[in-house]
Amino acid sequence: MSEKRPVFALENLRVWVGEKEVVKGVSLAVYPGEVHAIMGPNGSGKTTLVQAVMGHPAYTVEGKIFLNGEDVTAREPDEKARKGMFLAFQYPVAVPGVTVASFLRAAVAARRGHDVPVKEFRQELLRRMEQLEMDPAFAGRYLNDGFSGGEKKRLEILQLLMLQPVFAMLDETDSGLDIDALKVVASGINAAATPERGLLLVTHYQRLLNYVQPHVVHVFMNGKLAKTAGPELALELEARGYDWLETSVGGGA
Amino acid sequence: MSTAPHLDINKDYAERYGFSDPVAYFARTPKGINHEVVEMISRLKGEPQWMREARHKALDIFFAKPMPSWGNQELLGRIDFEDITYYARATQRPETSWDDVPENIKRTFERLGIPEAERKFLAGVSAQYESEVVYHSVKKELEEQGVIFLDMDSGLREHEDIVRQYFGTVIPPNDNKFAALNTAVWSGGSFIYVPPGVHVAIPLQAYFRINAERMGQFERTLIIADEGAKVHYIEGCTAPVYSSSSLHSAVVELIAKKGAYIRYTTIQNWSHNVYNLVTKRAMAFEDAVVEWVDGNLGSLLTMKYPCVVLRGERAHGEILSIAFAGPGQHQDAGAKVIHLAPNTTSKITSKSISKDGGRASYRGLVKIRKGAHGCKTTVECDALLIGAKARTDTYPTMEIAEDDVRVEHEARVSKLGDEQLFYLRSRGLSEEQARLMIVNGFIEPFVKELPMEYAVELNRLIALEMEGSVG
Repeated sequence: MSEKRPVFALENLRVWVGEKEVVKGVSLAVYPGEVHAIMGPNGSGKTTLVQAVMGHPAYTVEGKIFLNGEDVTAREPDEKARKGMFLAFQYPVAVPGVTVASFLRAAVAARRGHDVPVKEFRQELLRRMEQLEMDPAFAGRYLNDGFSGGEKKRLEILQLLMLQPVFAMLDETDSGLDIDALKVVASGINAAATPERGLLLVTHYQRLLNYVQPHVVHVFMNGKLAKTAGPELALELEARGYDWLETSVGGGA
Repeated sequence: MSTAPHLDINKDYAERYGFSDPVAYFARTPKGINHEVVEMISRLKGEPQWMREARHKALDIFFAKPMPSWGNQELLGRIDFEDITYYARATQRPETSWDDVPENIKRTFERLGIPEAERKFLAGVSAQYESEVVYHSVKKELEEQGVIFLDMDSGLREHEDIVRQYFGTVIPPNDNKFAALNTAVWSGGSFIYVPPGVHVAIPLQAYFRINAERMGQFERTLIIADEGAKVHYIEGCTAPVYSSSSLHSAVVELIAKKGAYIRYTTIQNWSHNVYNLVTKRAMAFEDAVVEWVDGNLGSLLTMKYPCVVLRGERAHGEILSIAFAGPGQHQDAGAKVIHLAPNTTSKITSKSISKDGGRASYRGLVKIRKGAHGCKTTVECDALLIGAKARTDTYPTMEIAEDDVRVEHEARVSKLGDEQLFYLRSRGLSEEQARLMIVNGFIEPFVKELPMEYAVELNRLIALEMEGSVG
């Protein structure tokens, strides 16, 4: 084995929404087996950052995005996904009339580059659903259509486990969950945190981090990473809030 | 964003469905419509006097009636009734077995998948080629049950008494201009009679095609389910592409007697130059159930509003339809329910997709007459827009003359959204796959009502229509 290279990296990433610059130069690297957390106040643009990385067409992007050492900045979202990038949405989108099972089968086939036999796929799906304490009937429901907040979040984690990405971003996956659901979702995330994979948790609160231990914590404010440190930073943010960081960012880096 | 190559859907259509085998015409009337043409048709068929007279009377009504003053006036105005051939037949008389069907016609059917469908599923095929039925088979068990399943011409010859009793009773020639035209020049279509208490276990199917330029198709279908009888009839259409306009104007009459059940399933996929102006109506007596399942994909202009008249107490009517309007197409479709008797119920579900300049209109009427107490009706219209220039409009009419009724109406318009696309694409589906998945999901409530092979065919057709929509 040669020396480890990051599974995911950003190089001076800048993102515009129309004329407005929301992300103003972010660089970071996630190595295999690492769990990073990006924390920040509401409205700071965390969601914009991860959606832009995934390739949402509403954003203009400058800088570079690397996946497994490959520059994927200009790639379409589906190309990135097939190469192993994943984003668990804060607000998963409903697609009425399309069952969870048929959607997942198509997604798994796209990711793996070949169809999976129905029986094999079903077995894998049921096993993963059991892991997340989901009713098997769930597979026959229409994608996110009429789902509760908790059901949507579980489905995002189910997709994460089924698609086996190289690198996954989880956007506010803990929001809207009661404590039992949070534990289930957290165990799913921990199961996904393999030595080969990189994870990036985007969250406003420390709550999830009680169950999923991050290696690195970043604070995202005013379009930049205001601070990067170890897991103790999350606890400090929980205790002190974000305001104390305001001055250091305002001072400019 | 990369720009995908522009695909001409009509062209692709031509490759897949636009084949046309040379046919020897044994008989066809000259272009244009007049009493002489009507006389020719009737004589050629050797019809009884009353039918001949009915045709001539209907022609006078056709001449007297104005064109509809509503709907797509521009497209309607382009129909040139003098430039249409009203009757042609491909072979001398209906064939009785598959072996006797001419080779070139067989080839056409094979490419449409008919023989396979028959082997697997069919009870009997009534396949219309041009204006005459060339192949018609009825399974033995149906005959043993006393079920009559014939093309309409044979029906008239072999069961004149039944035809005479019901023909034009649900849709009289003076109903509208196109019903009058159909009555004057009708040819082919299906005739079904199901005796009291008989349940036809397998769907009866017919396949229709238009295969000549400027050729009119004027099928006449009459289905009678006697008391307590049950039948499901399916028709599906695929047509080749021609450059000049073609007129298709069918009349379908259904009679569901006391406690009877009729489901009528249609998938129409006429080529994009066809005018599809159809009158469909059912009469539902006491405790009867009538369901129209109606899918419209092709044609230039469709005007079709399947209707159920609820005449007997507790009768139930249901109309489930989808329309797909691509560039240059106008699907003006909808439904009508007339509640004449107390405690009757109805449900209308209309789904439309308009894509890239296509236009889909929902036009509906729900009428509850004075004295029809305790009626319930639900209307649900769902429109999906794809692309910037797609258009949809809704023309719902409610005429309610009673107070103790329940009326629900719901209309939704949605755009095939960037957020849905992004979500699916972020899971590795290509833009084209994602669009198709969203559209297939949208029509799923319709598709799941279809027999398997039709569901597969419809999904294939939708996929074809969705090609080239990326970019």
